[in-house]
Amino acid sequence: MNAPHPAGAWDTRRRGRLQRLERAAALGLARRVEAPRVGELLEAVIEPGDRVCLEGNNQKQADFLAETLADCSPERLHDLHMVQSVLALPSHVDLFERGIASKLDFSFSGPQGGRLARLVQDRQIEIGAIHTYLELFGRYFVDLTPNVCLIAAHAADAAGNLYTGPNTEDTPAIVEATAFKGGIVIAQVNELVDTLPRVDIPADWVDFYVVAPRPNYIEPLFTRDPAQITDVQVLMAMMALKGIYAEYGVKRLNHGIGFDTAAIELLLPTYATELGLKGKICTHWALNPHPTLIPAIESGCVESIHSFGSEVGMENYIAARSDVFFTGPDGSMRSNRAFSQTAGLYACDMFIGSTLQMDLAGNSSTATLGRITGFGGAPNMGSDPHGRRHASPAWLKAGREAGGPNAIRGRKLVVQMVETFREHMAPVFVEELDAWKLQESMGMELPPIMIYGDDVTHIVTEEGIANLLLCRTPEEREQAIRGVAGFTPVGMARDRQMVEELRQRGVIRRAEDLGIDSRRANRDLLAARSIKDLVRWSGGLYAPPARFRNW
Amino acid sequence: MEKLEFRFPAQPATPAAGAALCGVVGSGNLEILIRPGDEADACVVSVKTSARGFGRIWEAVIAEFAARHAAGGTRIAINDMGATPAVVSLRLGQALGEYTGGVQ
Repeated sequence: MNAPHPAGAWDTRRRGRLQRLERAAALGLARRVEAPRVGELLEAVIEPGDRVCLEGNNQKQADFLAETLADCSPERLHDLHMVQSVLALPSHVDLFERGIASKLDFSFSGPQGGRLARLVQDRQIEIGAIHTYLELFGRYFVDLTPNVCLIAAHAADAAGNLYTGPNTEDTPAIVEATAFKGGIVIAQVNELVDTLPRVDIPADWVDFYVVAPRPNYIEPLFTRDPAQITDVQVLMAMMALKGIYAEYGVKRLNHGIGFDTAAIELLLPTYATELGLKGKICTHWALNPHPTLIPAIESGCVESIHSFGSEVGMENYIAARSDVFFTGPDGSMRSNRAFSQTAGLYACDMFIGSTLQMDLAGNSSTATLGRITGFGGAPNMGSDPHGRRHASPAWLKAGREAGGPNAIRGRKLVVQMVETFREHMAPVFVEELDAWKLQESMGMELPPIMIYGDDVTHIVTEEGIANLLLCRTPEEREQAIRGVAGFTPVGMARDRQMVEELRQRGVIRRAEDLGIDSRRANRDLLAARSIKDLVRWSGGLYAPPARFRNW
Repeated sequence: MEKLEFRFPAQPATPAAGAALCGVVGSGNLEILIRPGDEADACVVSVKTSARGFGRIWEAVIAEFAARHAAGGTRIAINDMGATPAVVSLRLGQALGEYTGGVQ
């Protein structure tokens, strides 16, 4: 419970913790709990109204603990306040449908976005806020500290030390906040071993662990099959490389997870190298281990990558490239979402990603009607950090384009890369984002905007690049956006003369303005055109999940 | 299947080849054949498309193409299987590039 301090008592959380542990001990539950008794454990140590962090990452899932919690009695456990970064599994939503949990603070819901929206409309759930990861982790240490956390690790030893494997992800942030504020830490592991490859979480921060009946689920979220990259995406990637990466000399960056940026990764060893950009761009990354980056790594374009999480199938490749990735003495990767998000915010000069909708102020959102999906890391990395103080050529150039030669700060490059129409001819550029209607229908205090327009510096579409840093009035900004919005209704309503003037000033640049011959915009320019090509580039070290293998 | 015909004035093209073929007839894609036309200062386009009801967007895409490129004196035949305007514009540019040997 999170009641205020009774007069004179300053250790209520510690004493509460001891009471919880005594209740477990009274049931004969020791540090190592057998899987069939985990339900009893949860009902003994969790109290109604508790804040509970159920480790749901982008990839690694504490799925056994989630299902067990969802199967607990709503008479014993109710009104839980879930504070977790990702709602990925059906069991995460079951908690609310079954009356065990009632409030949610989160970052991303992906495939559960539709069910979540229905729960909100049926008033079965109260959403505190949709955070970006770093923001939610920050609140774990301020006002959303968990009473109990349920986490996932790869292995434990008999003492209860944990090895989180390549997918460390959120675990350190969750455990640190819980263990040092009188909370209870419960871990599910895939196996019990005599000696761990390395200790990621020390045993005295862990109260209970259970060997789960099956290994925790890991979602291959960052694998993009090069076979699905289109010629239009190749054209856009050529424009981005020549018009932004080369112009600003972007060395430190983060990429989104879409096919648009996968195309850029696959042009680094070919087109970018041909332009003489090797070593001048894209050397240092905050990025998950994207398989599509393998050809660039193998070609010597990449010096360093720190990752939020890992990626299924990349383990052996990463272990064999320890100069590039952050790895432990055992060879396996150590990821850390909190640190990598910090790197993406403060240490990177550029974020480039995609969106589903963008309005005339440049605000963008992936929230569409009937789905509450959240945004993950994009709002964090796609924002200009006003706390940054160190300079770099890219950051200074962007700052001076916006604020003139005497600007006292630089600017993060925040690039949105989209085709003007999505599938089924749904226009990306719109007069009004669905986010506003969502705000109304969900009764939220703010519209779910992913990246605010005033943070966006460039928009890349098949029609060209709009540089919003060079726009001097809201009207110019609107016309710059219309000027790359293609044949969407928003694009067709452009002021043609003003768009032409913006083009003369270099605010809008077409492929031909950048000296790009569209005949070269062809999949043949990609360093790899299939998953099998990526395996070949890796020298057989990359082992793609079965669903990506078609040979 | 819908058939559309357009004619737009355009600066005369300088052909380097007798004809140019670009793209393939596949889902979300299209095939474009450029041949010499009868009028030196006009671009005449016939479209066969599997997606009905997008005549206005076709007109805008082809008008923009004719305005931005020296595409006069051509007769362009398009077989479309639901390509987006982005793909149509890219293929038109690529086909004209082949037809003129890169001079646009």
